[in-house]
Amino acid sequence: MHELRYVWEWPVRLTHWFNAISIVVLSVTGYYIGDPFVSVPATSQYVMGWMRFIHFLFAYIFMLSVLSRLIWAFLGNEFASWRVFFPWATSKGRQYIVGTFLFYTFVKAKPPGVVGHNALAAMAYVGVIGLYVVQIVTGFALYGQYAPGGGWDSSLGWLLPIFGNQGLRLTHHVVMWLLIGFSIHHVYSAWLMEVKEKNGTLASIFGGYKFIDPKELQ
Amino acid sequence: MNVDQKSTQVSIPEEILQKWEAKGVSRRDFIKFCTATTAALALPLSFVPKVAQALEDKRPPVIWVEYQSCSGDSEAFLRANQPTAGDIILETISLEYSDVVMAASGHLAEEAKHNAMKKYAGKYVLIVEGSIPRGAGGGYCTIGGKSAVDDCKELVKNAAATICVGTCAAFGGLPAAAPNPTDAVSVMDLVPGAPIVNLPGCPVNATNLTATIVHFLTFGKLPAVDRLGRPKFAYGKRIHDNCERRSHFDAGQYAEAFGDAGHSQGWCLYKLGCKGPETFHNCPTCRYNEGVSWPVMAGHGCIGCSEPGFWDTMSPFYRRLPNVPGFGVEDTADQIGLGLAAATAVAFGAHGVVNIGRSYFGKNDSDADQE
Repeated sequence: MHELRYVWEWPVRLTHWFNAISIVVLSVTGYYIGDPFVSVPATSQYVMGWMRFIHFLFAYIFMLSVLSRLIWAFLGNEFASWRVFFPWATSKGRQYIVGTFLFYTFVKAKPPGVVGHNALAAMAYVGVIGLYVVQIVTGFALYGQYAPGGGWDSSLGWLLPIFGNQGLRLTHHVVMWLLIGFSIHHVYSAWLMEVKEKNGTLASIFGGYKFIDPKELQ
Repeated sequence: MNVDQKSTQVSIPEEILQKWEAKGVSRRDFIKFCTATTAALALPLSFVPKVAQALEDKRPPVIWVEYQSCSGDSEAFLRANQPTAGDIILETISLEYSDVVMAASGHLAEEAKHNAMKKYAGKYVLIVEGSIPRGAGGGYCTIGGKSAVDDCKELVKNAAATICVGTCAAFGGLPAAAPNPTDAVSVMDLVPGAPIVNLPGCPVNATNLTATIVHFLTFGKLPAVDRLGRPKFAYGKRIHDNCERRSHFDAGQYAEAFGDAGHSQGWCLYKLGCKGPETFHNCPTCRYNEGVSWPVMAGHGCIGCSEPGFWDTMSPFYRRLPNVPGFGVEDTADQIGLGLAAATAVAFGAHGVVNIGRSYFGKNDSDADQE
């Protein structure tokens, strides 16, 4: 008998979608800033100007969203807690890691029954959050150059002499591609889990509820 | 500005002007020099008489040394902005030693340098051009049998202030570029903590050197600097943010190749690898060669010559981003990234196909697994 479980609280869902939209918008505008693939004939246009404005606007949205999610890791329910992101720290978690790995490598037909994040996804998210922080830090350090002595320059400008302006730019660019790679994997895995677990995974990130069969939980 | 005319009226005392006229510098040229330098220092007009007075009073001893350099900064200064600027500064300072312009040579010249350092210890201004090689025990650059390392350390420690002209003296420059065979370093890396002002650029802009000297004469101290020791008046803004082609950048108009329609219309050189967005310098406002032009005005992108790590960090010059370490020089970050994204999609696509296959052909298998 399946029961309805409230898994993803609204701050988790909200920050998820703010992150998702931000990553799409920041990738498109960021790619344009790095390689302006459209040239316009009239000087009265403001294409790059708008691209940069949108990029900076969403940079702030993304930063606040990531920050909110990190804070929620200490305030939210057991599925949002920072603890779920380190499954390797507990013996139960290690079982889940092995089980999920065997599922992904086609050895087992079904992943271990869990309510929240699967163990491998949780571990991947730690890496992704690390990449988010790298993007935010390199991005705002580069952004701060428009106003030497300003807030961003004072707080992050010290990175420029260490890694070099161009080094930060290259890092910012490469991490964008890593996040695009992650997004492809993430959408695929979400679909896969939807199909295999049959518990409403895809819908849960909109509504927050999953259909869980307690018998399947180990 | 009629309203404020009275308060902004400034004048240089007649006797000062007459003195300079006697030296062959017309009053027009002298007034131009004072106002241009005051403007370069971002000081208000009311400072013009103070600048004129400062040039009058003092004759600070200056020692100008060169280590691993091409003398390009000396050249840039001697052929300064306005033809008279170099004359005025050379009249104002007492140049005790300079490899390029001194008449003395050999041990006489070295003796003069040594004597000047002793006589004016703690009072002279040191100008350093070129980087200092530490490799081979300092053997890659010696002057009169003395290594540049020892010479520079001694001169910097006895100087009232040190002005590093050019990217080599300020950040190591070309000699310090990978693989840096001579282990070349900048003055601030060789003598940390010394009162140093860095005037990077390849070559230094003579206007900025003149203004720095005048600042020292007028206020008795070096100008305010940023975290890299560069004067804020000259390196406080990015080239990109003051660029005359900036409107084309914001509009989205880019030259795609040298000589194409966009290039001939003066569009932005961003896609040709211009490093203006990476470089802090006052080139767009001061320009070079009597204010005639500067690289971007002449149609070539900035190569970031005044930034730390130039050459390594600013190459390739005709691309926006550096090469990705571990990949070939022809691979851009975008090509590699696109390859990565495509590989991810293919890999997970294949994973999905296998999963679909399993659902059709391995049903019993999955049930057995669960029980």
